[in-house]
Amino acid sequence: MTGPGAGKAEMGVYRGYPEASRRRWRRGWKSGALAPRLEALPCAGLNPQGLKAVTLPIRDAALKGPLFHVAANVVVTANIAHGAVRGATTGQDVAKIRGFLKAKGILAAWLMVAAFASCAQAQVTFERLVNSAKEPQNWMTYSGDYSGKRFSTLDQINAKNAHTMVAKWVYQTAATGKLETSPLVVDGILYATAQDNRAFALDARTGRPIWMYQRQLPSDIRPCCGRVNRGLAILGDKVFLGTLDAHVVALDSKTGNVVWDVVAADYRTGHSFTVAPLAVKNLIVIGISGGEYGVRGFIDAYDAETGQRKWRFYTVPARGEPGNDSWEGDSWKTGGAPAWNTGTYDPITNQIFWPTGNPAPSNRGAGRAGDNLYSNSLLALNADTGKMNWYFQFTKHDQHDWDATQVPVMIDVKTPDAKTSDAAGKHLIAQADRNGFFYVLDRSTGKLLSATAYGKTTWSDTRDGEGRPIANQNASPTLEGHTVCPGALGTTNFMAPTYDPQTGLFYVTARDQCDIFSTAPQPYEAGHAFYGSAYFPSEEAEPYRGFLKAIDPATGQIKWKFEHTSPTWSGVLSTAGGLVFSGDAEGNFIAFEAASGKPLWHFQMGGAVYAAPMAFAVDGKEYVAMAAGSAIYAFGLP
Amino acid sequence: MLRPWRVGLVAFVLIGISAHATDDRNPFVGDAKAAKAGEYQFRINCALCHGLGARGGGRGPDLTRAQKKHTHSDAEMFQVISNGIPGTAMPANGTNGQGVGMTDEEIWQIITYIRSQEVKAPAKPVGNAEHGKNLFYGDANCSLCHMVEGKGGRVGPDLTGVAGSRTRAAIIDSVRNPSRRLAWGLTEATKEFPQEYESVTVVLAEGKEVKGVTLNEDSFSVQIMDTSEQIHLLEKDKLRSFQKTRQSTMPVYGADLLSDKDLDDIVAYLTSVGAK
Repeated sequence: MTGPGAGKAEMGVYRGYPEASRRRWRRGWKSGALAPRLEALPCAGLNPQGLKAVTLPIRDAALKGPLFHVAANVVVTANIAHGAVRGATTGQDVAKIRGFLKAKGILAAWLMVAAFASCAQAQVTFERLVNSAKEPQNWMTYSGDYSGKRFSTLDQINAKNAHTMVAKWVYQTAATGKLETSPLVVDGILYATAQDNRAFALDARTGRPIWMYQRQLPSDIRPCCGRVNRGLAILGDKVFLGTLDAHVVALDSKTGNVVWDVVAADYRTGHSFTVAPLAVKNLIVIGISGGEYGVRGFIDAYDAETGQRKWRFYTVPARGEPGNDSWEGDSWKTGGAPAWNTGTYDPITNQIFWPTGNPAPSNRGAGRAGDNLYSNSLLALNADTGKMNWYFQFTKHDQHDWDATQVPVMIDVKTPDAKTSDAAGKHLIAQADRNGFFYVLDRSTGKLLSATAYGKTTWSDTRDGEGRPIANQNASPTLEGHTVCPGALGTTNFMAPTYDPQTGLFYVTARDQCDIFSTAPQPYEAGHAFYGSAYFPSEEAEPYRGFLKAIDPATGQIKWKFEHTSPTWSGVLSTAGGLVFSGDAEGNFIAFEAASGKPLWHFQMGGAVYAAPMAFAVDGKEYVAMAAGSAIYAFGLP
Repeated sequence: MLRPWRVGLVAFVLIGISAHATDDRNPFVGDAKAAKAGEYQFRINCALCHGLGARGGGRGPDLTRAQKKHTHSDAEMFQVISNGIPGTAMPANGTNGQGVGMTDEEIWQIITYIRSQEVKAPAKPVGNAEHGKNLFYGDANCSLCHMVEGKGGRVGPDLTGVAGSRTRAAIIDSVRNPSRRLAWGLTEATKEFPQEYESVTVVLAEGKEVKGVTLNEDSFSVQIMDTSEQIHLLEKDKLRSFQKTRQSTMPVYGADLLSDKDLDDIVAYLTSVGAK
């Protein structure tokens, strides 16, 4: 592990302006003859502190003096020239600024100019994340809030006017492959990622870049399923990125410069990060990928300031720990159970809910007899310690690669079922699982309340004592191959679902596809793919079908479904405008009426969708953003 | 610290090993145990496209045919698996997003397995390709809809490369039972997207009926080629009706319409083109 400040040499790569214009900017600075070009930074509609301030568009790379570093990283207000500095500056910083201002009148004048731009960019505190509902213009976590609902209370774009929506801007990432990112927006700046660990900050009104970072990855990284990344976390003045070579990196949210860079695990043994981390309190929580390489999965929490690891929860218990006896022999050492999708957080009980993936090898149960805890499970962890409060395993002893790595959504509804206690009915957690069942649990205990098939399933005809679907004997993969539904890609996968509290419906992208599962012995070899055989499309099978489905969590019933032309990997967003947004494999971005599933508007983005939409507002105008192909699009009203 | 002569020795040994490992000779020729190991490797690395038993799958050609389009010797096969085939969906080893790929030894095992699965080409080729060509462009009417090497119709899939991706049995089946799997998995050079040539019947706003095959489709629009090769670009919500079926536009060629012998000749023609 490297300490704070490591990786300083790996500067953010700025490509927003042509080289010549950057040089001119720097020359102007040095001579003092030119005032810096003041980019009027976008501002949020809400401005709780009433600050009239702007961040200085200063690049550390261009400016060497200590003051510039200070100035570039604080909120400078109109009062600065008078000595009253608000924001996150320390007394020492203020003193430095004052001293400098006295000495350099020119800078004071510059700061005055800066001060009159109307924009507030306060630090992203844990309190702001907990109270994210108070700032609907911002989208500060992967799912938009801690509950995982991916629901925006913005309603300017609504079922009445959605048909008039237009594209506002497009940002080309130049990345190839699957663009799975879900952007963040804080105070007018959009932060997102792309393949090969690109990260960037854009003016959320125009799509113009503010900074860009791209990690120099080793040539022999071992991503399972594409060189993908699903997004960032933000806390304080940093954004946080998990990398394909299994580092966690903190970037200065204003410059893209590396603040700290720590190694979580050795990428040579198949560890990687693709997940958007989750900021909780002062911690950055992140789960490892590598279930296809026989890693031993874990969820980590790092100190956001220093990068120091505060706790690690291994998703496969070690010898002597409870649950280890669910693994045959030493199979736990290569047991998989990665944690590659972003979990959710309940501030009231201080619990993190984080789902886990398949046991390894994914398609071979021989050699790992037992339930294989805590693979394919939902874990409730104490946020401060990483200690487990409860777990629920969706698929025991999985042999079909049905990672349970779907966003677990906290929802509070009253169930009509009389047997369910009032308390249980109010604090639920719902997960549309890859195995084809929609589960509702009591989130204070992990007790299963219901499990209902929401797609084509053939693997389970029976339930255990808790009501959990249990695999049929004949569902196991065989040497010659055996058809099972859902297929290996699952009824759903990592694509983010949404829960709309207005309609009370849970919307999820679903796929009907059956695959031939076969199995074969495969010795574990560190850093090599470890599947225990594989799956194949069944050429006799019906064509695959893809849907957007609206599930009533109270009953598990499907209220409506929209059939896409083919299955899609798109996430789903719902908004208070009575809308649900999703994309399709043919490149369309579609607005649906949330109540009925009727498509109201669509836009052809020219590339398949693997990302999840989100909504934000700047200057009082609502936008919906979505990535497709290799670009990020923002849509709004004309 | 290593002394220079030791560095030299290490380098020598490494060169020796790598030279041995990338030898263009299959060390496992005819080794049944290696073929079995290769079968497992094949399932993990190749079967997604080339199918169980290497008999062809969704995207990749049948590898059980002794005559292959891109490879003949084991060494050529090793190169194709290692480096992929540019311009096709065949990726280089280790570049399919699944990590570091197979070792040389594993590649040789796979080749040994594929060899063990090969159906040896008959000593005398089945069918008369020359006669098959005459039928294709003549009495059998294939070329009304299908193109081979730039000559023929456009309503059905281009069959220039069909023998590279389908078995003889599969081609025969497509002629006898055209609706069984349409153009599922057929690779055409100009189609990045899967086109299955489903049959469509639409009634336009003004009441005119159009019958044809789908060129492409999404939830809101459809591109159709009608039987006279006119392309229709349609918005679904402006149509009076839109019906799509997986009943092929191609007529069923029963033995009464096309004898087994004539069909053999046509397949021989397609094979002679596809193997070029």
